Amino acid sequence: MIVLLADTGGAAINWHTVMFYVVALAACGFAAMVAVSSNIVRMAFALIVCLSAVSGLLFLAGAHFVAAMQLMVYVGGTVVLLVFGVMLTAQKAFVSMKTTAGDWILGLVVGGTLLAILGQLIFAVPEWRHSDYQARAEAELAAYEEQLKSHIASGQDVTEAQRRRLADLITLARQGHPEETAQIGLALVGVRADRPSPEVAGYSGYLLPFEIVSVHLLVVLVGAAYLARAKRRRKPLLSSGVSTP
Amino acid sequence: MAEYFAAWFPAGWEFLGYTLAALLQAILLVHVIALGAFVFIWAERKVSGRIQDRLGPTRTGGAFGWLQSLADGIKLLSKEDLMPKDADPLLFRLAPYVAFAAGFAAFMALPFASGWVALHLNVGLFFLIAVLGLEVFGVILAGYSSGSKWALFGAMRQAAQVVSYEVPLGICVVIPLMICGTMDLVAIGDQQRGLFTNWLIFHDPFIFLVFWVYFTCAVASVNRAPFDLAEAESELVAGFLTEYSGIRWSLFFMAEYGSMILVSALAAILFFGGWNGPLPIFSALMDNFSYLAECWWFSTLANLLGVVNLLLKASIGVIAMMWVRWTFPRLRVDQVITMCLKYCVPIAAVCFLGVMVWTALGVPFMNDLLPSQNRALVREGWVHESDQRAVEFLQRLERNSDQGGVE
Repeated sequence: MIVLLADTGGAAINWHTVMFYVVALAACGFAAMVAVSSNIVRMAFALIVCLSAVSGLLFLAGAHFVAAMQLMVYVGGTVVLLVFGVMLTAQKAFVSMKTTAGDWILGLVVGGTLLAILGQLIFAVPEWRHSDYQARAEAELAAYEEQLKSHIASGQDVTEAQRRRLADLITLARQGHPEETAQIGLALVGVRADRPSPEVAGYSGYLLPFEIVSVHLLVVLVGAAYLARAKRRRKPLLSSGVSTP
Repeated sequence: MAEYFAAWFPAGWEFLGYTLAALLQAILLVHVIALGAFVFIWAERKVSGRIQDRLGPTRTGGAFGWLQSLADGIKLLSKEDLMPKDADPLLFRLAPYVAFAAGFAAFMALPFASGWVALHLNVGLFFLIAVLGLEVFGVILAGYSSGSKWALFGAMRQAAQVVSYEVPLGICVVIPLMICGTMDLVAIGDQQRGLFTNWLIFHDPFIFLVFWVYFTCAVASVNRAPFDLAEAESELVAGFLTEYSGIRWSLFFMAEYGSMILVSALAAILFFGGWNGPLPIFSALMDNFSYLAECWWFSTLANLLGVVNLLLKASIGVIAMMWVRWTFPRLRVDQVITMCLKYCVPIAAVCFLGVMVWTALGVPFMNDLLPSQNRALVREGWVHESDQRAVEFLQRLERNSDQGGVE
């Protein structure tokens, strides 16, 4: 049975859970409003609130950097662009849009399929099934520490493999803490500061994707500047020899 | 503060303590904006009067007319609530609150003294800059939903101006971040303790220049003159504010004054040492007498004076903005965008490279910030308590195996 409420630790109300439900309700509700509303400007506004609520969810999950990035890139950038475009083209014909019944059915089918796939994937990750995996990771680390201490106390040696397992458990226990920005910066230039052990595959840094995305953004910027340039006229409007009366 | 209140309640009811702490912090922050707007609206009228060789308000409430803002507020509350026929009712009513909410949200991450911050974020500076860019929504919504073309044009111009000035603002803000090595505003402020030569603005000539570029971009992004063409009566009636009157208009202006206080306080923290005064009275005492550093009342007193320091520096910044407003003529819209793209961005970028080279080559600074080992301590912690023991245990094991035996 999947536990839906977080471990309250004995308190009557866990504010983290309450805020999670409030913000998630806001995100889903305003997203539904985007789909349901017929006024395009109100749709754009509802999208702004929905993306801000998603940023709130990221803050609640402890990913402060990603949440601030969501506010800056999505809400501050993409939606401003969207709103500009909507405002300047919101003529009478577009202000109220009617969706036909066929569109509704198609939308529900596609959206429902995507929801089913995503739900399946989310509940398939073992660490995400319980809301107290952080506490359990820390408990496992403490138990292993005790075990090694008792090993030493009874006079046995601690092998290399056991030491490596201790390092791995330390890394796993650290994963749930709010991330530190310096680790993100280091990972983007190729150094994974939170690697459990060097032999585990798939833990190299993100230097190549970072460089590729940077060049991509530069190309987009140059392309946009080229497309938006002031076009030179092919022929002069008036010959300069014409005398005015 | 939250843990202090939570300890008052029996086990299982700590959430009431958290609620109390959150309410108290929200009330304090709203009062900063509200009282700040109250004082600065009065100050604006006095400063503008003096610059124009007249007195400003002198009658309301006594000698200096200091209750003028209250009289203005009462007048605005009692005005008729108008809405144009073509306006979108929901968005028209919503727009002032969106503008105010964006301005207020940024205050949550602004520290007023060492550790006195409502939301102590690791990425505080980034969050502030991201939220500052959200104020443009109130403007766009107001301009569109007013149903008049003057409002729409004014809103589009203002939005274009705010969005384009975010770029040099971001570059200017990254430079002190680069020097201090952290986005945490509390840590940036703490690194500037000591004599006033420790303030970041005296670090090297590039950052000195960057402060002036930051000030220009900050004035432009809060839409103060000489960049206030969106409100210019000569061009666009009143821009996006054309159809607003009464308490809704005053909400927009409270948002504007709130933003002015915010960018001035941010400049104070990033460039002018924040809550540290020019002479290290309390910090020197706390360094030399460790008993004093443990006393809660001594550090609270030091932090209270820190709050006064920060508000004083922010006020100087706001008065400088008012001074600039009533001295310079207004810029045209193409001059505003030219200033941003042809002057502010290149200067900020060159200073960024200059500071990077200065720091990387290890050119001696003009001040001495805390030595590097202290800097590592005030920076974000790399380990948490629960892992600290385990890491020490692991290190002990490795040392034992290096010594070739078990103790």
